Amino acid sequence: METTMTESRDVSAAGITMDETQGLTFPRIECKNIDVFYGDKQAIFDISLPIPDRSVTALIGPSGCGKSTFLRCLNRMNDTIESCKVTGEIIMDGENINDPDIDPVLLRSRVGMVFQKPNPFPKSIYDNIAYGPRIHGLAASREDLDAIVEKSLRRAGLWDEVKDRLTSPGNSLSGGQQQRLCIARAIAVRPEVILMDEPCSALDPVATARIEELIDELRKRYCIVIVTHSMQQAARVSQRTAFFHLGELVEMGETDQIFTNPRERRTEDYITGRFG
Amino acid sequence: MTDVAPAPFRNEKALRRLKKRRAADARFRLYGLSAIAFALLALSVLVASIGFQAISAATYHKVGFDVVLDPAVIAPKGKDTPADISRNVDGFYALIRSNLQGTFPEAAEDRMATRQLGDLVTRLAVLPTAKWVSENPTQIGQAATIKVPLSDDLDLYLKGAVSKEFRLRLGDISAVTEAAPRQVRLTGDGAFKALQSLIAVQRQEVGDAVDARSILISAGSTTGRIMSLDADAAEVTLLTGSATDFSNVRPTARMIELPETERNVSDLQIAWTLALKDKGRVSRVPHTSLLTHTDSTYPELAGALAAIVGSLLTMMVTAFIAIPIGIFASVYLEEFAPRNRLTEIIEVNINNLAAVPSIVFGLLGAAVFLGFFGLPRSAPLVGGLVLALLTLPTIIIASRAALKSVPPSIRAAALAVGASKMQSVFHHVLPVAGPGIFTGAILGMARALGETAPLLLIGMVAFVADVPVGPTDEATALPVLIYSWSTNAERAWEPMTAAVIVILLMFLITMNGIVVLLRRRFERRW
Amino acid sequence: MSDHIVSAFTEELDKLAADILRMGGIVETMILDACAAVNKNDVDGARDVVARDEQVDKIEADVERQIVSLIARRQPMAHDLRAVFSALKVVGELERIGDLSKNIAKRTQRLDENVGASMRKGIYRMASPVSRQLNMVLDAYATGNAAAAKAVWEGDEDIDQHYNSLFREMLTYMIEDPRTIGAGAHMLFMAKNLERIGDHCTNIAEFVYFQATGEYLLSTDRPKTPHLDG
Repeated sequence: METTMTESRDVSAAGITMDETQGLTFPRIECKNIDVFYGDKQAIFDISLPIPDRSVTALIGPSGCGKSTFLRCLNRMNDTIESCKVTGEIIMDGENINDPDIDPVLLRSRVGMVFQKPNPFPKSIYDNIAYGPRIHGLAASREDLDAIVEKSLRRAGLWDEVKDRLTSPGNSLSGGQQQRLCIARAIAVRPEVILMDEPCSALDPVATARIEELIDELRKRYCIVIVTHSMQQAARVSQRTAFFHLGELVEMGETDQIFTNPRERRTEDYITGRFG
Repeated sequence: MTDVAPAPFRNEKALRRLKKRRAADARFRLYGLSAIAFALLALSVLVASIGFQAISAATYHKVGFDVVLDPAVIAPKGKDTPADISRNVDGFYALIRSNLQGTFPEAAEDRMATRQLGDLVTRLAVLPTAKWVSENPTQIGQAATIKVPLSDDLDLYLKGAVSKEFRLRLGDISAVTEAAPRQVRLTGDGAFKALQSLIAVQRQEVGDAVDARSILISAGSTTGRIMSLDADAAEVTLLTGSATDFSNVRPTARMIELPETERNVSDLQIAWTLALKDKGRVSRVPHTSLLTHTDSTYPELAGALAAIVGSLLTMMVTAFIAIPIGIFASVYLEEFAPRNRLTEIIEVNINNLAAVPSIVFGLLGAAVFLGFFGLPRSAPLVGGLVLALLTLPTIIIASRAALKSVPPSIRAAALAVGASKMQSVFHHVLPVAGPGIFTGAILGMARALGETAPLLLIGMVAFVADVPVGPTDEATALPVLIYSWSTNAERAWEPMTAAVIVILLMFLITMNGIVVLLRRRFERRW
Repeated sequence: MSDHIVSAFTEELDKLAADILRMGGIVETMILDACAAVNKNDVDGARDVVARDEQVDKIEADVERQIVSLIARRQPMAHDLRAVFSALKVVGELERIGDLSKNIAKRTQRLDENVGASMRKGIYRMASPVSRQLNMVLDAYATGNAAAAKAVWEGDEDIDQHYNSLFREMLTYMIEDPRTIGAGAHMLFMAKNLERIGDHCTNIAEFVYFQATGEYLLSTDRPKTPHLDG
């Protein structure tokens, strides 16, 4: 079932010109038969999903469809919920990161996460960025750390706005700036994958556009997975889109294809606003 | 009447409803305001009554004695080491007694009067002087002015707290005739008219009881008791001084409402005190000994120093035990403990513990710390331990509330950059919850500071004459001191107790002030 | 397909399709009436056809305005997106068909009265298969029937052959009687117009097919007879 879907995607891809940067390389993360349980309740049913590198994969679906839960499997944030149990394999660099032997702390330094509400630490802008590198020992000296902070803020497109007030508290920034600060904080620990859980849902359209522009910039270096409620946003920022419904992966494909010609009736109904 | 339809916003029914609703609003606001007004009233009455009582204890009267520090009296052969001198109450008191007897020779006439004269100053009141002399031995043999507190009853008399007193200025006395030794007849044209009318008015009010009242007449250092009078003359029994002082002056008459038999100070003592005062030997000074002296059975000598130090030592022990344990317990319960039946039971029991009457903790302390571990009785160590147990639930509950109020997004953020659970708690959650935790801790400590019952049970009610220096010394605490002073019979303890209550309130206000400051300083908004 | 949660969206899409079908109906009669006018040398009928093109242009402008507004306000996705996209294309094609019909009608007014009935008949005969193509493709559009659309698309072959034979026929007339060359030239253009209308119908069929399936009918897939010179 899964393989045929992948194949059909490749066929359709042949007809669509694609941006070179999104060139679908080998999957950065390969999820195989993921099931997630909250206590006795199963939240995610047998999801297998390849996530390509250097591109944006959007997870869409109605509320409670399990897309956020799935996203949190990728950096094992579900570990922090006691009743939550994840089975299945998530292969990254040939390792099953769902294996209990893998240290989630190490994993999270390679798989960064940005949350729905901007959540900077109640510390200075500088310390917000420097915290991750400090605990992971990424900086040998103060100069190193300064460089990391600057680079991260530059990549997050925030440097010019905050370079003169690195010591002022992170909460003093506007909502959009705070979210970019959080992205910079995630970048600072040199992750390969960045997970974003509805990163723009608390932002105004201008701030949203900035973040989307940033995501488009970041996908040249990182594998990005974004959960969003806005289909327009998924259409705008992602190269691949996966539609979740009731804990199942209904359809996964090129964003163009999903939004112009979805294969599945449920996808079609959802993205055209016909859900019952 | 026009046939225009009523505007929908202003029809009769809507207006009536609106009126009703506004009335309900106004009523509710009134209830709230009156509740607050009542609370404020109760508080101000409490503070005012305590403050009013305490004010009279803010100052007290001291009498000065010009004496020669005769080595034969204060440092006789064989008892002349500094330690001996500092304990030589008898010697120093003899100086004072002989000074008093010199000033008031009439007291030698009968033993009763001699004893009463001695009661002007408490024997033990000379202790500070003895200590001072022992530390400055060069003073021995020199003349010195010793100031000692006046006996508590006379202090109260001077503060007007013994009895109501009617005071009048009489007319000129033109003649003084001595009928017998110490019996004088004072005559002056209409000199006693005002006094007579006062007696008449009083007689109307209280009837013949007025005859039992003492009427004292004084001029300069001389005071006598009026035995009988008419408008122009009075028969006076001299109490102290010489009759000649009355000639050609306008003496002062005092009618003391409480009959002599019903008060602790005799007319004679009052006469002496007035004489000392007239000679300028009595001075009203700030009652610093309240803070520098330890407890005593004599109110004029008693102070709260031992209790203050005891309270501080107890609080230190409590803080050292309750705050770390409370914080660690709450952090563990809030951040690390798995959510299961066991933790639920623990939580419920912590909440229950907070509601356990404090005396129960005292019983537990007595049984466990004194009985089982054999720790010393009356020690701040044990008191601190018991109070730590008492405040622990409060601190845990407050700390957990503070930790709960830290948004979970902070924890998620820390975990997501790869912090371990511990790092996320110690780097991010605790700093944010810190002010809240310390607020809870200080409020818990404030509650402990005011606790009496558990301390009574572990023997911290003992009479402590020495300032404790360590947590295992015998000590008492401020609330216990208040309790024990308030049970004393003498009138003078009342203002003293109020004064200690004020001291305790100061401590509490300071602690609450720190809380407010912390909150202002570190409160964060989300 | 079930209704949208926002019912106004469904109504707007329905109105769009209804307007296009109404426009298609008018255009269809324009083809038939223009060719009938050629056949009967009915100058008044021809004038009427020319006048009707204005109506078509108006509808086209209105439909385009609706589409722009719909894209701006509803951001259609998937099937809706394809429906709106094909509506935009179909309305353009229909407008072109209207123009071509008007062109036939205009040429009718210039035709020599003496042109033989047999010559006129040729055009008239070609009109009915062409209008049938349009009719069928509009049916397919109305029902979203991809198979019917594909049938129309393949049916263009017949129109092309029809055109080829008419072309030869006209040439024969003109060679036989050089006086008919003027009329013949007009006739050839009319025939060419009809053939173009047929092509527009296949275009419409492609969009109907795309709307229904999301896939493209590629012209390379269609077996095509080699085109005549001209």
